[in-house]
Amino acid sequence: MIKRCVIGVSVAAILSILPAAAEPLRMKFGVLRQQHSSETLSILDLPAEDDTLAGALIGVADDNTTGRFTGQSYEAIDEKLAPGDDAVAAAQKLLDQGAVAILADLPADDLLHVADTLKSRETLLFNVSATDERLREADCRANVIHVAPTRSMLTDGLAQYLVWKQWRRWLIIKGSHPQDELLAAAYRASAKKFGAKIVDERVYVDTEGGRRSDSGSVQTQRLIPPLTQGANYDVLIAADESEVFGNYLPYRTFDPRPVVGSAGLVPTSWDASHEQWGAVQLQNRFRAQFHRGMNARDHQAWIAARMIGEAVTRASSADPKTLAAYLTGPDFNIAAFKGVRLSLRPWNLQLRQPILLGDGRMIVSVSPQDGFLHQTSELDTLGVDKPETKCRLK
Amino acid sequence: MKMTTLPNSLRARLLLPLAGEGGPTKRGRMRALEASPNVAHSHAFSLEWERARAFRSAAIAALLLASPAHAFTAYVSNEKGNSVTVIDTDKMEAIKTVKVGRRPRGIEISKDNSEVYICAGDDDTIQVLDTKTLKITGNLPSGPDPELMILSPDGKTVYVSNENDNLVTMIDTKTKRRIGDVPVGVEPEGMAVSPDGRILVNTSETTNMAHLIDTQTKQIIANVLVDARPRFAAFKPDASELWVSSEIGGTVAIIDPQSHKVTQKIRFEIPGLSKEAIQPIGIAFTNDGKRAFVALGPANRVAVIDTATKKIEKYLLVGQRVWHLAFTPDEKYLLTANGVSNDISIVEAASLKVLKSIPVGAFPWGIAVATK
Repeated sequence: MIKRCVIGVSVAAILSILPAAAEPLRMKFGVLRQQHSSETLSILDLPAEDDTLAGALIGVADDNTTGRFTGQSYEAIDEKLAPGDDAVAAAQKLLDQGAVAILADLPADDLLHVADTLKSRETLLFNVSATDERLREADCRANVIHVAPTRSMLTDGLAQYLVWKQWRRWLIIKGSHPQDELLAAAYRASAKKFGAKIVDERVYVDTEGGRRSDSGSVQTQRLIPPLTQGANYDVLIAADESEVFGNYLPYRTFDPRPVVGSAGLVPTSWDASHEQWGAVQLQNRFRAQFHRGMNARDHQAWIAARMIGEAVTRASSADPKTLAAYLTGPDFNIAAFKGVRLSLRPWNLQLRQPILLGDGRMIVSVSPQDGFLHQTSELDTLGVDKPETKCRLK
Repeated sequence: MKMTTLPNSLRARLLLPLAGEGGPTKRGRMRALEASPNVAHSHAFSLEWERARAFRSAAIAALLLASPAHAFTAYVSNEKGNSVTVIDTDKMEAIKTVKVGRRPRGIEISKDNSEVYICAGDDDTIQVLDTKTLKITGNLPSGPDPELMILSPDGKTVYVSNENDNLVTMIDTKTKRRIGDVPVGVEPEGMAVSPDGRILVNTSETTNMAHLIDTQTKQIIANVLVDARPRFAAFKPDASELWVSSEIGGTVAIIDPQSHKVTQKIRFEIPGLSKEAIQPIGIAFTNDGKRAFVALGPANRVAVIDTATKKIEKYLLVGQRVWHLAFTPDEKYLLTANGVSNDISIVEAASLKVLKSIPVGAFPWGIAVATK
């Protein structure tokens, strides 16, 4: 029954294409994605097989619906890397298949290699997962558009809320990996920027154990109180990008205090529980097709696919140079179910965006918070702003 | 309007839809009949009964009068309240809250003022509310997640945008049957129909287009690209222009319905507010087409626009996150549904003064005004 309806609709859809242009404009882009770690503390966070790709495919479907009316068609080519695979070779393979843009879900170093290799070929790269500040600062590239927020945008988004709540005394527990230190540094910068005080910083050392065990909670319950005692703080910030301990903290602290950051109240660009501003439409479309919730990487890939669609539609071209000019120009903005228009920071090609604060079940708040003002856009109260940037695009 | 002197012939005429009405004239989340209150009842009653009732109520009204000649009722859909607040616009107060389906948004009044149609998005249906009994009497078969709708000028067809399946559905209001579907862009929302009933307009939020549809052939005749997230469309009363508001783009596009081209874009600037906060949504024209009112969402303001020059005359401060607008049929007041402050603002159209706010249910969204 359902199938018959769908067929009926698509036939009708084809019949209604009348006003479209005769010669369809074809647009292919690649989805170059890494295998994300399945070492997650919660089994609910295990990455799906189609992680990131699913978001791109919903974006392609949305672009193609528009394309029906404008005579354009879109296609995504998937290229999933196994650990150890060469990202540059995979990117070149995508170009050989006709991709004029690549959505990159890659670690920072791989992304830079791909960007530098493809520089001469004028391919647009969309960073849909790496939050590293340096990609937008000292290591920024003119052919990389950053859809994913930076660490500082995420920590500023959370910090504004904590300050609004008057929870100004922070205890930080950070992991022992280099990226955890980067995240802790971002929290330090946020504290300074918005007037919070870090009362202590502690390290949770990764002993390289597995995440699964049949009696894990017993030990964890005894381990966390000593780690969190002896500090006078309002809120505990977990800086744990490697999923080593963050989710062990809530409800187990020595003092009854809320946990935020990598667990508890988490700053993110998207969450499967977000439904405001029409987001429920996108969540419904996504769940109907992929039978799971849409995560932040999926949504960032969706935005990138929509940015490509918008640029092709508005510029009436599939030429990467023309598309780049439109996307980085003053007229570009995009709707992404986050309440306000998103646009690019021209100095480093970072997408301006609100940051959602959620506990995985509900969105608790959305930053920027009221009262954090900015002369050009309140969204620029999140992350490194123009006067501080080290980026010189080239 | 003096009801006692209303000739029967005129009354009979008023039972029928008026030419041109239902187009943009009373545009907001609604159009309402320019009819005397005593003709607002169901066709189901016999004409004799109607006459007797009309004379009786007219006589009562004459006794009570000559004070407020018009009695209007506003219906406000409360998106999160799953209810419709009924407001007496003379007393300027809520008189009843009616429980309806889940996530009510789009709201329209039937041409004879006997029924209110309510899009209950999460129940995938349009509910029919009887204006006399304030009871739900039935449903219209929309597609999944109906959001906004518009009645044809003759009142015979309701056109609905279904957010979840990229379709515009056409429903016969009498038989309550689906009579057609038109595939449109992603997340169809805004709906408008030309005063002659020939052109139906739908805006699709993620495709960023206004789709112009021939109501006879049910085919799309033009797709006009506008700014991001177009949410509402309205024809100027003389049909010379089609206005489309883009919530995220922050503009109102003026489209020439003949050439299907965007001829102009209205932008808004409010000192102290960032451009992201200005999000145009609902549009209402005065009957004479000289003025347009545009709700600006989280900017908490309604822009007053001179339609000849397209200049913004004034910004009216109303409640928070203002969604949709509706005039009382006498055009004395403009009512605004303010989503976040859970109230409606009443604007006096002549003085452009915000007179009062009336608390309603949770997250008011749509608004429609009927003669009682």
